[in-house]
Amino acid sequence: MKLVNPSNKRKYDIIVVGTGLAGGSAAATLAELGYNVKAFSYHESPRRAHSIAAQGGINAAKNYPNDGDSVYRLFYDTIKGGDYRAREANVYRLAEVSSNIIDQCVAQGVPFAREYGGLLDNRSFGGAQVSRTFYARGQTGQQLLLGVYSALVRQMNAGKVAFYPRHDMLDIVKVEGRARGIVTRNLETGEICSHSADAVILATGGYGNVFFLSTNAMASNVTASWRAHKQGAYFANPCFTQIHPTCIPVSSEHQSKLTLMSESLRNDGRVWVPKKAGDYRNPNDIPEEDRDYYLERLYPSFGNLVPRDVASRRAKEMCDKGHGVGATKLSVYLDFEDVISRKGKEWVSEKYGNLFDMYRQITGENPYETPMKIYPAVHYTMGGLWVDYNLMSSVPGLHVLGEANFSDHGANRLGASALMQGLADGYFIIPYTIGDYLAREKMCTVKTSDDHFLRAEKVVKENLEKMLSIKGSKTVDDIHKELGKIMWEHVGMARNKVGLKKALELIPKLKEDFWKSVHVPGDMNEYNPELEKASRLADFLELGELMARDALHREESCGGHFREEYQTEENEAKRNDESFSYAAAWEHKGSDSVPKLHKEELDFEEVDLTTRSYK
Amino acid sequence: MKITVQAWRQNHRNAEGRFESYSVDNVSEDMSFFEMLDMLNNQLILEGKDPISFDHDCREGICGTCGVMINGRAHGPLSGTTSCQLHMRSFKDGDVLIVEPWRAAAFPVIRDLVVDRKGFDRIMEAGGYVSVSTGGVPDANTLPVSKKNADLSFDAAACIGCGACVAACKNSSAMLFVGAKVSQYALLPQGQVERASRAKNMVKQMDTEGFGNCTNTSACEVECPKEISIVNIARLNREFVRASF
Repeated sequence: MKLVNPSNKRKYDIIVVGTGLAGGSAAATLAELGYNVKAFSYHESPRRAHSIAAQGGINAAKNYPNDGDSVYRLFYDTIKGGDYRAREANVYRLAEVSSNIIDQCVAQGVPFAREYGGLLDNRSFGGAQVSRTFYARGQTGQQLLLGVYSALVRQMNAGKVAFYPRHDMLDIVKVEGRARGIVTRNLETGEICSHSADAVILATGGYGNVFFLSTNAMASNVTASWRAHKQGAYFANPCFTQIHPTCIPVSSEHQSKLTLMSESLRNDGRVWVPKKAGDYRNPNDIPEEDRDYYLERLYPSFGNLVPRDVASRRAKEMCDKGHGVGATKLSVYLDFEDVISRKGKEWVSEKYGNLFDMYRQITGENPYETPMKIYPAVHYTMGGLWVDYNLMSSVPGLHVLGEANFSDHGANRLGASALMQGLADGYFIIPYTIGDYLAREKMCTVKTSDDHFLRAEKVVKENLEKMLSIKGSKTVDDIHKELGKIMWEHVGMARNKVGLKKALELIPKLKEDFWKSVHVPGDMNEYNPELEKASRLADFLELGELMARDALHREESCGGHFREEYQTEENEAKRNDESFSYAAAWEHKGSDSVPKLHKEELDFEEVDLTTRSYK
Repeated sequence: MKITVQAWRQNHRNAEGRFESYSVDNVSEDMSFFEMLDMLNNQLILEGKDPISFDHDCREGICGTCGVMINGRAHGPLSGTTSCQLHMRSFKDGDVLIVEPWRAAAFPVIRDLVVDRKGFDRIMEAGGYVSVSTGGVPDANTLPVSKKNADLSFDAAACIGCGACVAACKNSSAMLFVGAKVSQYALLPQGQVERASRAKNMVKQMDTEGFGNCTNTSACEVECPKEISIVNIARLNREFVRASF
């Protein structure tokens, strides 16, 4: 790998879009190395990024509990957990740097949970039989993001990072085929502006909000990735979405988002439904012998800690068979009675207090007394922009980090691995790999007054003006909810050929409807949240189609992608390694053309492909 | 339920503001306060009017983006709760809700209920960090931290930077915010090296931004959605005095 001389680094400008865990850590670290960084966020501050909402923890192969963990085991668990659809080399590197992340965060003053002796505490997460998850109560993402934020403000103070708050990236600009800049809209003033650099990094998160209801923050969107896709960046495995098993169930039509209850709760909570379908007694009145602790029954060795995709599907199945509970009959119990009687309320409150409070605030029920009701919800997207080992997309100079790329989680992400990947990419991978790109390429000088930029600005403006001019009869949310329903029904937790074909008919129609009947109030040159939402929805409508197309073409079940036609007798996902052991990287061929599929074959040298078993 | 919302409307930073009253029907008690505003906004858009701008994002009480005054209270009537976590079951049919942005000279209004809290970022820039660069740090377990201090540090670090403390304070003081960050580091071995300069620089920037001083009314502690204790303000004072000699 080539290097950039330390004294030459200050000659390079790097744009980082998104300042959550991945983007923030990349921006800070690149600035520390000497690069000039311009960092952009649609938030008012880097501390608002959605990484902040991660609850349970971050994995690292430290083996502090002495329970036999190792880099190889973390690598193996991640590959297996991903149902053998991730690239081995990337995952191994991720496991290798995992320990450095913990060291780095502790040095920054991140207050991880500790034992009475003063050393760090660990807990267990799904898909692993060792305790390798570091945590800060139920707010690990918050504490890690604030650590990143502290590193970032330090570089802002040093003048090495210029931060652009409330700036939405609306296009990337290529010069001589390489990514050399971006076009942004200042969300407060509405000003459209260009920014140039020697390389561009996207760390803009996942696209779960294509389902309207998800655990993502309201503003989380696919726009940066999608606009890059339209400029030539391949989109890989878009159908790989994660449905998280422990979320607070939907209560009404007006629901704006769903809230996750950390997977860590499954360490001590027991999942059950009434044995008899249609048993609507109060849960506390249902005696032990009438309860079905189905995860413990079906998976004696992993029990309640099976991976997320497995736990989600089993919950859906129980509800489909009529065992669901709660007003909508679309939930199952997560019960803490056992642990409370064993260890006491105080112990439980110390470990999960904030999660219990959150549950009570939202539902009005007290989980210390009544079991929680949970149901699966869209949570994370494993798919994303295709990147090579150096995290560069198919557009030279455009790098993609964190949830926005597709690289490490295959078809299913294990709990506590998103924080690990975001920080690995930002702190320990891109700072080295981007040097290789910069050292190899001879780049021309570009200015934002060049034609490339002016043309891109014009396209962006025209697109927004068009949306504003429609003034139809539907609000952005009306249409987004319709899209969400199509996606959840046909491209959701279980998919089949008929449903996916139906989605491929419905989504383009809805897209047409959007461009005919959306009503976006106000104008472009002001603070206009509805315009932001409309512009994001336009991209979700196109992405939804690609997701359905990808799900239809992948005639197998793997991880979070469950095709009803391909399952074992025990209703587990049935992979087809012979035909589908590849990453599907889609190339955009224009709005009216079918995208082109590129296959990156996955070669497994270290692990044998087996059927996942958590029995 | 039927709810009347009297909301602060202001088109941009320099515009004159005013209250406007709206009636919202069919509010269910399971709705969050913001879902009620979403419903009102949907209605306004279809009537060809401008929706009410408000800041929000995670809607889980952790990102710190949201925050409005509801009937004179920061984040509304419940303690330990952000505006986004407030549900309509806290109100009753016929209630009138007066909804205002955070009011502080250091938090100028951007539009309607949205304010500019960049002052908080600038205070953080002045010293809210430990000066370690990526790489070359010791193993995480080489530095034991007593559980007591780790827990106290965490209690302070739980601050979400929403600004409710400033809005609740008659002096628009940011000392709970600054005290929380200074305390987080003062309680940990990692924070010792820059302990004095951090306290001095952050307080200096706090004053520059136009935030007021603490007069021990504890309003901030009462309204803080993360229930950060004013013990952290006492600690900030000690750290500041300690740093000055």
